[in-house]
Amino acid sequence: MSASVEGALDFSPRRVAAMILRYWYLLRSSWPRLLDLMYWPLVQMITWGFIQYYVMQNAGFFARAGGTLIGALLLWDILFRGQLGFSIAFLEEMWARNIGNLMMSPLRPVEFITALMVMSIVRLSIGAVPVTLLAILFFGFNLYGLGFALVAFFINLMLTSWAVGIFVSGLVLRNGLGAENFAWSIMFVFMPLACVYYPVTTLPVWLQPAAWVLPPTYVFEGMRALLIEHTFRSDLMLDALGLNVLFFAAGVFGFLKLLQAARRNGSLMQTGE
Amino acid sequence: MPVSPAIKVERLVKIYKQVPAVDDISFEIATGSITALLGGNGAGKTTTIAMIMGLITPTSGRVTVLGAEMPQQRYRVLHRMNFESPYVEMPMRLTIRQNLTVFGMLYGVANLADRIKELCEALDLTHLLDRPTGKLSAGQKTRVSLAKSLLNSPELLLLDEPTASLDPDTADWVRAHLERYCHERGATVLLASHNMAEVERLCGRVIIMKQGHIEDDDAPARLLARYGRRTLEEVFLDVARGRDEMSEAAQ
Repeated sequence: MSASVEGALDFSPRRVAAMILRYWYLLRSSWPRLLDLMYWPLVQMITWGFIQYYVMQNAGFFARAGGTLIGALLLWDILFRGQLGFSIAFLEEMWARNIGNLMMSPLRPVEFITALMVMSIVRLSIGAVPVTLLAILFFGFNLYGLGFALVAFFINLMLTSWAVGIFVSGLVLRNGLGAENFAWSIMFVFMPLACVYYPVTTLPVWLQPAAWVLPPTYVFEGMRALLIEHTFRSDLMLDALGLNVLFFAAGVFGFLKLLQAARRNGSLMQTGE
Repeated sequence: MPVSPAIKVERLVKIYKQVPAVDDISFEIATGSITALLGGNGAGKTTTIAMIMGLITPTSGRVTVLGAEMPQQRYRVLHRMNFESPYVEMPMRLTIRQNLTVFGMLYGVANLADRIKELCEALDLTHLLDRPTGKLSAGQKTRVSLAKSLLNSPELLLLDEPTASLDPDTADWVRAHLERYCHERGATVLLASHNMAEVERLCGRVIIMKQGHIEDDDAPARLLARYGRRTLEEVFLDVARGRDEMSEAAQ
């Protein structure tokens, strides 16, 4: 499925639409799937919202930094749910033993990936939009009040989530459902290093360069700059975008290499564990 | 001018961790023919079909399908072929209509709603169209898989045990439909099966594999004559158990 395969880079919007329709039919047919999209974001938002409320009453710094915790939580959820939305849509094909049908059809990898990216936004929207509206209602935190900054944060976080989702899909194709746990847990590697809830300066000096390699670090630092200092750091967003281009390219490259390996060892015909 | 073969396999080898699954096989499948690939479990049938489909990359050798080299040129021909296999399933939660709509769009089928209606009438699925695929019986699921494999009116159909787990009546019904389709469309079929009655009824040629090799390759009638047997099942057992054809014929 690499570029050396003739026609691998052709793109048909109809085939992408077919895959989006497939996932839409699936979501529509299953209310537990829909409920699951909202359940955890809602529980987390309420928990962290009350923590934020408590520390604002008791600590001077947080009183000045209104919304930092809940803002970090909502942005973290974009990153985590974006990747999960991508990966779960992919895993649905593995669980349904449908991957062979798709790989034998004229569907190109780039079209498959595009459909999965669209579905990650759809799934994220179903889960996150009601939760962000409830954050306004319960805690007075308006994520949409971040305006253009929110767009910059969102684009950067989604690019990272897709890069990771694409790579994990390759791992599952190559290794079967035994590698499924990566889809659920890999993003948590980012949590301590991307400094979701604290500034990079909190990390030991020797660990800080590792944090600055990760695009989400720039987003969370940018969010804190916006909420605490009321400054939009476009330099951080551009740095994140540059790193995201590298991450995305690495994710696609990894996926294609793992798919090639899956074709070599016959794992496309054996999609179990 | 001679018609080029639908499938051409040349010195094909597939080795998994130093174990050969397919070991230097070559054959051609004529356009418009129905050919059976026979062999016991682990003979290499499914691996061979998967390499023809481009799902598995050969260790060495060459596969040409409808004039395109697999897997490098597969996108030239994937819309002209289709397959059915027990190793894959249709998404269970989607209804038959939804599944066929999705796959019809993937294959770029024109007048899709009409094609789905036509196929479902032919395969007696019309009354089940809005039922989730997971709630169908084994026979109904097989008919849905068959509908999917015929959706794009393929010139080449690869079938891996298409009637496995079906009752004799449904299996016979599926065979009759396949026979009619191939006759009307002039399609080429390569069929892997353990059902000898099916092979005798449908196929003009039989390729018998054992441990990754081609053990025999001929028309069913000539195989019966050469092995001195009355049924293909007896021929299959002779090959599987390593009995020599001449000594068997002499007996």
